[in-house]
Amino acid sequence: MTRALINAPKTARRGEIVEIRAMLAHPMETGFRTGTMGKAIPRDIINRFVCTWNGEEIFSADLFPAIAANPYLAFTAVATESGTIAFAWTGDDGETRTAETEITVT
Amino acid sequence: MRDKATTSGLRRRDLVAGSAVLALTLVAPRAARARPTLEEAIRTFTGGADVKTGRVQLAVPPLVENGNAVGLSVKVESPMSETDHVRRIALFNEKNPQADVAVFHIGPRTGRAEVATRIRLATSQTVAAIAEMSDGSFWSHRADVIVTLAACVEDLL
Repeated sequence: MTRALINAPKTARRGEIVEIRAMLAHPMETGFRTGTMGKAIPRDIINRFVCTWNGEEIFSADLFPAIAANPYLAFTAVATESGTIAFAWTGDDGETRTAETEITVT
Repeated sequence: MRDKATTSGLRRRDLVAGSAVLALTLVAPRAARARPTLEEAIRTFTGGADVKTGRVQLAVPPLVENGNAVGLSVKVESPMSETDHVRRIALFNEKNPQADVAVFHIGPRTGRAEVATRIRLATSQTVAAIAEMSDGSFWSHRADVIVTLAACVEDLL
């Protein structure tokens, strides 16, 4: 199950620059830590984030272990048309977590 | 008598566990040293191109209490038009076990060249932000951060 927090405006004027913030609940295990008996804890991070606006990619990020747990990203986008802003986080486990929000552009 | 044997057995087991931990702490700094330096990491990203100072504004608190989540933002001076925009913004650190932090892919659709995130810092060090423009030039800004409580302390004894 995806536990994500998305913060984006519900409405915007055409051409307006809107701020989008996205956070996913994820431990972002670095792979540099050791657990009990000095056993290395395997790396498990979100390594790729993509944000699309009606299917068109507007922002993406390659993430490394130096990103804090519960990866948070804030960026901007030009409001062009009404539709769906979709978010996808892909992890080392190969799984993709998704979330989306609707926006009305007037 | 039996009791004594159990205690000494436990001690031996503790010793084995202890030496395993010691061995790892001795190996860990070597692994950390194998990482590329900040300059090498930047060179890999730019492909050897010249990096100029300016146009990029890296905002990060100069003193942080907890290295596990350090909020930072990067702002690049750019009109973000079809012909003149920022293509990528990369973040690098100086002393974490790995030099890379993140690479953001942006463009004209982003409207502004502004990103914010939260990063981990293993110790007091320099953080660098590099921006790649659509004309192929690279700009950078560095900031020094003092960390009082490090992230992943157990690896950097």
